[in-house]
Amino acid sequence: MEFFHSVNIDFLGKKWYFLAFSLIFSVAGVFSMLFWHHIPWGVDFRGGTLVYVKFTHKPDVQAVRAELDRAGLHNPKIQPYDQASLNKVLIDLDVRETSEKALDQGKQKIIQALESNAPAGKQDLNNASFLTVKNFLMDKDPMHLGTDADQKYSAQAKAVLDYRDKTLGWVFNSFDQLNGAPGVDPAVAAVLPDGFFLSDFGVFNVEIVGPQVGGQLRTQAGLATLYSLLGMLVYLGFRFEWIYGVAAVITVFHDTLITVGAFSLTNTEISLTVIAAILTLIGYSNNDTIVVFDRIRENIKLMRREKLSEIVNRSINQTLSRTILTAGLTFLTVLALFLFGGEVLRGFSLALVIGILIGTYSSIAIAAPILVAYQDWRIEKGKRPVAMPGRAR
Amino acid sequence: MNKNILWKWGLIVGTTLFFLFGIFGIPKSLSGEGLLNALTDHIHLGLDLKGGTHLILQVQVNDAVNVDAQNAIEVLKDQFRAHKIDYSDISQSDPQNNPDHIVIKGVQPGARGDLVSIVQDRLAEYDITGGPDNSWNMAMKPSMLRDLKSKAVTQAIETIRNRVDALGVSEPTIQEHGLGQYQILVQLPSVDDPERVKDIMQNTAMLEIKQVIGGPYPSEQAALQEKGGIVPVDQMLLPGNTLGGHAEGEQWFFVSRVSAISGKDLRHASPGSDQNGQPDVNFQLTGEGGQRFFSFTSAHVKDSLGVVLDGKVREVATIDEPIRDQVEIRGHMDNQSAKDLAMILNSGALPASIKYLEERTIGPSLGADSIRSGVRAAVIGMVAVLIFMLIYYRGAGVNADVALIMNLIILLGFLGWSTIAGVNVALTLPGIAGVILTVGMGVDSNVLIFERIREELHNGKTPPSAVDQGFSHAWITIVDTHVTTIVSAAILFIFGSGPVKGFATTLTFGLLANLFTAVFVSRAIFEWVLSRKQRGEALSI
Repeated sequence: MEFFHSVNIDFLGKKWYFLAFSLIFSVAGVFSMLFWHHIPWGVDFRGGTLVYVKFTHKPDVQAVRAELDRAGLHNPKIQPYDQASLNKVLIDLDVRETSEKALDQGKQKIIQALESNAPAGKQDLNNASFLTVKNFLMDKDPMHLGTDADQKYSAQAKAVLDYRDKTLGWVFNSFDQLNGAPGVDPAVAAVLPDGFFLSDFGVFNVEIVGPQVGGQLRTQAGLATLYSLLGMLVYLGFRFEWIYGVAAVITVFHDTLITVGAFSLTNTEISLTVIAAILTLIGYSNNDTIVVFDRIRENIKLMRREKLSEIVNRSINQTLSRTILTAGLTFLTVLALFLFGGEVLRGFSLALVIGILIGTYSSIAIAAPILVAYQDWRIEKGKRPVAMPGRAR
Repeated sequence: MNKNILWKWGLIVGTTLFFLFGIFGIPKSLSGEGLLNALTDHIHLGLDLKGGTHLILQVQVNDAVNVDAQNAIEVLKDQFRAHKIDYSDISQSDPQNNPDHIVIKGVQPGARGDLVSIVQDRLAEYDITGGPDNSWNMAMKPSMLRDLKSKAVTQAIETIRNRVDALGVSEPTIQEHGLGQYQILVQLPSVDDPERVKDIMQNTAMLEIKQVIGGPYPSEQAALQEKGGIVPVDQMLLPGNTLGGHAEGEQWFFVSRVSAISGKDLRHASPGSDQNGQPDVNFQLTGEGGQRFFSFTSAHVKDSLGVVLDGKVREVATIDEPIRDQVEIRGHMDNQSAKDLAMILNSGALPASIKYLEERTIGPSLGADSIRSGVRAAVIGMVAVLIFMLIYYRGAGVNADVALIMNLIILLGFLGWSTIAGVNVALTLPGIAGVILTVGMGVDSNVLIFERIREELHNGKTPPSAVDQGFSHAWITIVDTHVTTIVSAAILFIFGSGPVKGFATTLTFGLLANLFTAVFVSRAIFEWVLSRKQRGEALSI
């Protein structure tokens, strides 16, 4: 089976279409970054408090907002998280809620606000820690144990919490559910309601980033990207001519701009892992460009009397099969990630999905035309063509 | 069979077994459960997959510098007394930002020689320069200052490690974090109540004994009123905690800014009971600390001393007679808190206070969910690629598939062997994504080679020659692309944290594995296939 048998498309001839296409998307992205959604930095970079809550029932966002407002938390961002059937909600507090002295005061306020109907003297079993449950059991000693009480009650507490977290998906709906829990002694199930009540929510993930760390990470991300680009420029300048390095850097810059622009347009948050994805797509786009460049270099040696634009066109066509196949296969794997990889990786996989498409496109549409354009410009100026003989390595 | 091919096969099988061992060790049973257990033993999961608490804290290194400066001031005062040098004032000029800057005022010009030699002999880490009006400025030498600060961080790490160990957390990670900001990363797997841990790590901060000058006052305002609204420069206003946890009303005290004793003078603390049978904590001072304490208490008989823990006055007592090396903290403790306090004091008081900068708590169910989704996506992606390669490249597709599967084995094997070697490499959720990405990029190498082989066949080369050409031409490109991506991964590793590091690691391992499988293994299979073909028979590609 073969898709691309003897294909011969004039890619360079279409360069104005490519340029228009790229311009439209770049400008749209930049416009959004400047005026519309700006750059949607995730909590890693802007600081703040993220509390992920699972409710026992379908959450009423308005009611939650009202409860938080009563606790003095104004303007939290509350949005549904993951699939609707899971009743999960993400509460996002501004970085001003994290104070120097108590980093987690925002989170504490949220938990207190949501637990507003707590009966006095009882703890919330849906948000209790392992130690809280174990210490309670050690105190009450419902199983009348002697010397191995510590070990047995540790196991009991673990069984209760495991059942809550792994089987029930983080919250108890009622104490009756304890009766069916594996590894939980009936005496323990009977005594827990004495010291605990059940709220209607459980916190399953918390991310709190102080403002200091946020700024630090922004700097680090910026530096990492810069060094990557620099490394690329140096390596390519070393393996080919410097103009190849410049073309590759411009290409990669174009890819990054469009990807970040897409994030801005869709208002998807840019977290640390998204930056990792962007650095990866820089690597991927670069790979793609190198494949075409390698073929150009090889053909320059073989087709000494042809024009550069002819050589470049021929090279692109020759590598087209590989380019489309690799892009397709990698895209397949990344698409699997985007569709099946879960909510946590959503931003990461979006960056890769866009990145692979754009990265493949840019090697043909941006990198190659730059080489030829530079060459033509040099010839016009009467200088010796320089993009021709790549150093034989 | 050709000798050449034989040793190549041997190497391939050997490598596979080697990395399989890294993944599974020697599993107790070959059932699904046995293998799964062996797998989870060998492959360490990152915090985002296991669940737990992740904290970044910053050591307030200026606290440690402060303690050193205050010690220096005491030494100066002692020496001035001994050498009968007059002075009007010794104090820190900027305690907030530059605690090591000390100003000595009112020293006669004649005492200059003595002053300089005192500093050179006893306070060699300080530089001293003359200032206007018979005043002198001291500041710590920059290299000594840097040393002191980084030592504070190292000590803090040790102390925190002791505490976390005493809490019984399994496999914690405690290490310096970031680049030069005095930050510490603490990762505590399976810890679901960060509040308690944070309290214990933070509460174990500074132990000091200071002279109590005024108090108790019922409120901060009442205390300030006494002094006309301003706290004197050589004093501090601290809240009291003398009634233990059962605070019956506030109490505020004026204490001297300079401490008589600080945490590093403590040698050992133990819980016990006082003369009334109530739980208390006894602690012994080091030789040098005891010496200093003796001279201090001798000079302050009949004055009051306060034991200050974490900036709160824990207990106040009158000095009846000079104390050399034993101090007792009494009052309003139960057995458990006495034990806790002794444990805290023994694991080394923190040399400086700590501030929390970042806190993440990942619930274990979230971790389990993530593993499930990640693995599912990986399997789907991989199967899709494997099937496609078989359809599109027919016989050669088998080569690619074998190479890809070996890739996975080697990649996971690397992770497993790192665990065996004791290196801390964990599989994180982005790491699983990295595995998926390696499959995609790995297949790229195969495509490059196969497309080239097809091209050569089109141009009329014989199968053996086409295979040869295909591999040699593609090799250069493969090296180029892998090197650039590994460089990217290295940068990610340096600048990234936790999950991102995991991604960079799996990506690098995967690429290294790919260099081996796509070129060596795939070629060996081709050679074997070719060796079994008749001359002129077509190659299935």
